[in-house]
Amino acid sequence: MSSVPHAHDHDHAHGHDHGHDHGHHGGYGGIMRWITTTNHKDIGTLYLWFSFIMFMTGGVMAMVIRAELFSPGLQIVDPDFFNQMTTMHGLIMVFGAIMPAFVGFANWQIPMMIGAPDMAFARLNNWSFWLLPFAASLLMLSFFVPGGAPGVGWTMYAPLTVQMGMGMDLTIFAVHLLGMSSILGSINIITTILNLRAPGMTLMRMPLFVWTWLITAYLLVAAMPVLAGAVTMTLTDRHFGTTFFNAAGGGDPVLYQHIFWFFGHPEVYIIALPAFGVISQVIPAFSRKPLFGYASMVYATSAIAIISFIVWAHHMYTVGMPVTGQLFFMYATMIIAVPTGVKVFNWVATMWKGSLSFETPMLFALGFLFLFTLGGFTGLVLSLVPVDIQLQDTYYVVAHFHYVMVAGALFSAFAGVYFWLPKWTGRMYDETLGKIHFWLTLIFFNMIFFVQHFLGLAGMPRRIPDYPLMFETWNKISSIGAFGFGLSQLLLLYVVLKCIRSGEPAPQKPWEGADSLEWTHLPTPVPYHTFETPPVLK
Amino acid sequence: MSSQSVRRIFLLACAFAAAAACGAAQAVEWNLQPAASPMAAEIHALHEYVMILVVVIFVGVFGFMFYSCYAHRKSKGHPAAQFHENTTVEIIWTVIPAIILVIFAWPVTKAVIAQKDTSAPELTIKATGIQWKWDYEYLKGEGEGIHLVSTLATPRDQIEGREAKGEHYLLEVDNDLVVPIGKKVRILTTAADVVHAWWVPALGLKQDAIPGFIRDTWFKATKVGTYRGQCAELCGKEHGFMPIVVKVVSQEDYSQWVGERKKALLAAADDPNKTWTLPDLVARGEKVYAANCVACHQANGKGTPPAFPPLDGSKVATGPKAGHMDIVLNGKPNTAMQSFKQLSDTEIAAVITYERNSWGNKAGEVQPAEVKARRK
Repeated sequence: MSSVPHAHDHDHAHGHDHGHDHGHHGGYGGIMRWITTTNHKDIGTLYLWFSFIMFMTGGVMAMVIRAELFSPGLQIVDPDFFNQMTTMHGLIMVFGAIMPAFVGFANWQIPMMIGAPDMAFARLNNWSFWLLPFAASLLMLSFFVPGGAPGVGWTMYAPLTVQMGMGMDLTIFAVHLLGMSSILGSINIITTILNLRAPGMTLMRMPLFVWTWLITAYLLVAAMPVLAGAVTMTLTDRHFGTTFFNAAGGGDPVLYQHIFWFFGHPEVYIIALPAFGVISQVIPAFSRKPLFGYASMVYATSAIAIISFIVWAHHMYTVGMPVTGQLFFMYATMIIAVPTGVKVFNWVATMWKGSLSFETPMLFALGFLFLFTLGGFTGLVLSLVPVDIQLQDTYYVVAHFHYVMVAGALFSAFAGVYFWLPKWTGRMYDETLGKIHFWLTLIFFNMIFFVQHFLGLAGMPRRIPDYPLMFETWNKISSIGAFGFGLSQLLLLYVVLKCIRSGEPAPQKPWEGADSLEWTHLPTPVPYHTFETPPVLK
Repeated sequence: MSSQSVRRIFLLACAFAAAAACGAAQAVEWNLQPAASPMAAEIHALHEYVMILVVVIFVGVFGFMFYSCYAHRKSKGHPAAQFHENTTVEIIWTVIPAIILVIFAWPVTKAVIAQKDTSAPELTIKATGIQWKWDYEYLKGEGEGIHLVSTLATPRDQIEGREAKGEHYLLEVDNDLVVPIGKKVRILTTAADVVHAWWVPALGLKQDAIPGFIRDTWFKATKVGTYRGQCAELCGKEHGFMPIVVKVVSQEDYSQWVGERKKALLAAADDPNKTWTLPDLVARGEKVYAANCVACHQANGKGTPPAFPPLDGSKVATGPKAGHMDIVLNGKPNTAMQSFKQLSDTEIAAVITYERNSWGNKAGEVQPAEVKARRK
């Protein structure tokens, strides 16, 4: 993921050709290069490494959770700390790992895919990234203040948030910073896509990854301020005597849930749509066949994005909504299955009669397709109000959203990393190790989460540090799977480092079927500055 | 590494998973708990229909995918076709799923409407979620006026592994909610502090309990038995330790239970004007403490600071009696310390006396009459 040595090589090789009198890295070396960089590739790299560190941090927290749940009884942590772990695991994985990973892909890929020299607002881009380490530090700092980190779940429901110590305030400020970073990043992405496309790169010729990010960026701009509002109201309820979420002062705890999920449901698609985008690049490349139904993919993505704003209360079937409300949100949720289905059918049709090969990116893409669809189907099960009322807040829900978030977003991010790593670093990764990483990840993932469906059906609530004896078997299997899954991810780190250090040199287009501009118009490794003059498109 | 060693690792992982599955001790649960109400049965049926639908579609779609993976491989020399559009197919796979969903929505809609119909109950019970117990008031119907507080009965020693875990570990309470079979029972839910959720899987209902608001749900039990559930909304430290136990009994047994309960309530009512001796108050207070205070303030009085402060040597527990009574009666806003005014004057006097005369504290006794006078 780092292009440091090659970028330097390139400096020497091509610096004079371009006739630039300024340094390619903004005149700084070492750490200052990364702090001051305005280069989309550097910033993409920073995002991806940040995301990986957060992924490991959130992963360690998941290990603590699974270790405590290995057996009934309290063995390792006390319930308070357990709640802190579930909260921070959720926040860190959603805001620290998954979202920055896809912003990293966006930074690296969007300018190259549309023939732009860089992002539209290069300095803003730097700031969008550098807000993140501060946000992450605030989150981690909350463990060390009196009362510890908040133990309220990543959803931060009122009024439990009012009982927390100052860790809650640090978390609220962290969410503010994360939101700011996302909004600035999104404005940048929208502006870049709409203004910096090479001549001839019409909207309907853009790679689908770019399309999904355009739509995602609009979702982010619309949804993140809503979250900021929700946590700010929590902050003033805590400290300034407001009663937004307190019935005693005319407020309503359920109002918080409405506001949170008005952000929270689009957030699901903020994570899923760029994942769809990556998959839509990878599957055609390894099928050696154009994406089936490009236009319908664009329409389906837009439809999903729009509908995602009218389904939020399906997270709240048990709060006691009127029957008409429950029915409305149920129908709207069921409708989302239609465009999502269209996408799955299109991907399968893309493979149909192609000439398939199964390198690591394709394996992860197929894993995504299979398991994400499984997660989508349990989503359909949960969309039905009566069934959801039975399963709400159980491990069934935990299993469902991990199928969508891990097998969906994370598998797709892995597919993207293996797919573009040769282009970024100029070197091939170790294919055998990549495949082992895939199979270990796939097996352990299902070991953790498939059995959690049974736990949920049998009646195990989520977010409990201890459980009745009948749930022991599945919890043991799930915990063993979790440790295996966590360890397997170290292999990814090894593969990436090995690729950067000593991988075989990669050709310009290592994937036969890849056809977007970064493969067809740019050498490998990509130069530090690309498309300084726009490419000519037929 | 060769592809053979990849295969070997894969087989090893499979064997490992299988061994883990066999090695675990308990009987495994795969599905929803057996239904004990028509609504739970309805949920079972809906879940089964949707699972059949989902599995059929899943197998169909991925049948295509895996066939493609098998037959259209480059390694087999399959040439890549270049088609990438077919409007007819696109319309078919948009419209057909939509039609399936519409057909499916019909029975579900009927179930939703039935689930929300809380009219004409034969017994109405209010369930109040309190960190971390349930308070039940029988509001209307046979048993009106009965009041129960239902707290986890599993001893701390079992939870912390000093004692073998019992059969109903974490799913047992001191006072079961008793209801008659075949009667429509309406449950009103609310909460005293944060959001909780009242959930009994076998009865097919779950309803959030929201502080400051009343929500409702209903059930009609069809089988005599004891049904166990847990709080389903994260409500703080002891969220995993506030179970719900509903005991469904025959009509005769229910009437008998109501009679006994009412008699016991009368007998147990302590005379708030009686003057107690210090050792009696401390002995009584220790029980009240164990039922209400120990989860936060701990048996040794050290609490778990800073959220749950120590009582041993605290200013409140060694300072003026009035302040101590106020905090127990009214709670402390914006902290986990809630009001305990639902306890009787005698119980409050006893627990305060216990706190003031245990561990290192020696701060004298409080009589029930003083508590009575202090109530606002």
